[in-house]
Amino acid sequence: MALAKRIIPCLDVTAGRVVKGVNFVDLKDAGDPVEIARRYDEQGADELTFLDITASSDDRGLLLHIIESVASQVFIPLTVGGGVREVDDVRRLLNAGADKVSINTAALRNPQLIADASARYGAQCIVVAIDAKRVVGSDPVRWQVYTHGGRQVTGMDALEWGRQAQALGAGEILLTSMDKDGTRSGFDLELTRAFSTRLDIPIIASGGVGSLDDLADGVLLGQADAVLAASIFHYGEYTVRQAKQWMAARGLEVRL
Amino acid sequence: MTVDIAVIDYGMGNLRSVSKAIEYVAPECRVVVTNDPAVVEQAERVVFPGQGAMPDCMRELKASGLHAAVLSAAQTKPFLGICIGLQMLFECSEEGDTPGLGLLPGQVQRFPASLMQQADGTRLKVPHMGWNEVWQAVKHPLWDQIADGSRFYFVHSYFLVPGDQQIVAGWSDYPFRFACAVARGSLFAVQFHPEKSQAAGLQLLSNFVKWKPGLSGL
Repeated sequence: MALAKRIIPCLDVTAGRVVKGVNFVDLKDAGDPVEIARRYDEQGADELTFLDITASSDDRGLLLHIIESVASQVFIPLTVGGGVREVDDVRRLLNAGADKVSINTAALRNPQLIADASARYGAQCIVVAIDAKRVVGSDPVRWQVYTHGGRQVTGMDALEWGRQAQALGAGEILLTSMDKDGTRSGFDLELTRAFSTRLDIPIIASGGVGSLDDLADGVLLGQADAVLAASIFHYGEYTVRQAKQWMAARGLEVRL
Repeated sequence: MTVDIAVIDYGMGNLRSVSKAIEYVAPECRVVVTNDPAVVEQAERVVFPGQGAMPDCMRELKASGLHAAVLSAAQTKPFLGICIGLQMLFECSEEGDTPGLGLLPGQVQRFPASLMQQADGTRLKVPHMGWNEVWQAVKHPLWDQIADGSRFYFVHSYFLVPGDQQIVAGWSDYPFRFACAVARGSLFAVQFHPEKSQAAGLQLLSNFVKWKPGLSGL
């Protein structure tokens, strides 16, 4: 089996800058998105994900501009999400140079959006982002879907929502553990494995990476198809290449 | 207006990445994204991309009036098919039971769910998405300066079963060996996305821009 496991640096963007915080608070400036995208590309990133974390109308235009600029210099897949509400938003992002568009809250509110966007542009460019949190005391363990950065509970079972998203035409799931996000204590491996073994489409594990072993564990133990991380790359702690070398040393197939 | 390279736009999805990548490797060329058959006819080279579902692509191609221009370009000048742009050149696809252009012998099939379960309990996902190794089946100008086994970016749920092994230019494995590049005369087509495959992909596009196929294509 020669398909490489993907490493995807994630850039949270607001007001034209890359920022990083814990649970969407305490935002620290991490730099210029185009510059950072180029650096990760040079380090061998397999894809890049941009999340527009404010999605106000002013910032929206700015984000499209950033994507256009990145897409004319960086030739790897680009995923963009945050504030995608209708098929027209998908069109605008694809036209700006995004290859995939990630949909979260709007898909929960209106699942037909997944079907419509997938029918129009193809499943390959529709990523459904799921923010999942453990139901305290559940046995066997269950996860619920949250929105608004983990602040609002929907009452929906995360795995059931994943199955529905797949059936509606999602090509991939970006799965974030709200329990782990920002903790630097590793992915929720049980959550990742539950999704990866039960769905047919690729699963990107997200939330909680603090070390290179966490990335490798996401694949080896969580069976993720791709792993996403932000802070360990943004502050120069590790390069993407170091992460890949580490994963390769642990026996994983990566693109070096 | 004559153009160096026409990227065919029949209304299916995002062609910006393809044209941007070609402009990047060939700043001296005029690259035009076009739905005009006359522009395709006059272009020196033609790129035929495709995204989404093959039934939609075939329907839109016919509705656009570009059908004849594509068939003619694919037989007469340097022509690069990408992704569904490769699949459409063949006889038919299982996806929506769709007839293709029938220019090359072969069929397009879905990755069978039964073969995706691995012995170690993990499963291979469909779409086949990500960076996979591409093994060169023939020496070809489009592989120039690209190491055998280089990784390219794939995203597809259907794969080609060629009717003629002579046209296979490259292979990949998922989990079985399948043809991911074909070549005949001045035509070259790939299942992966060179425009999203970083250095290796840009090299292939650069090779295409410089390619001067003789009668044999080599």
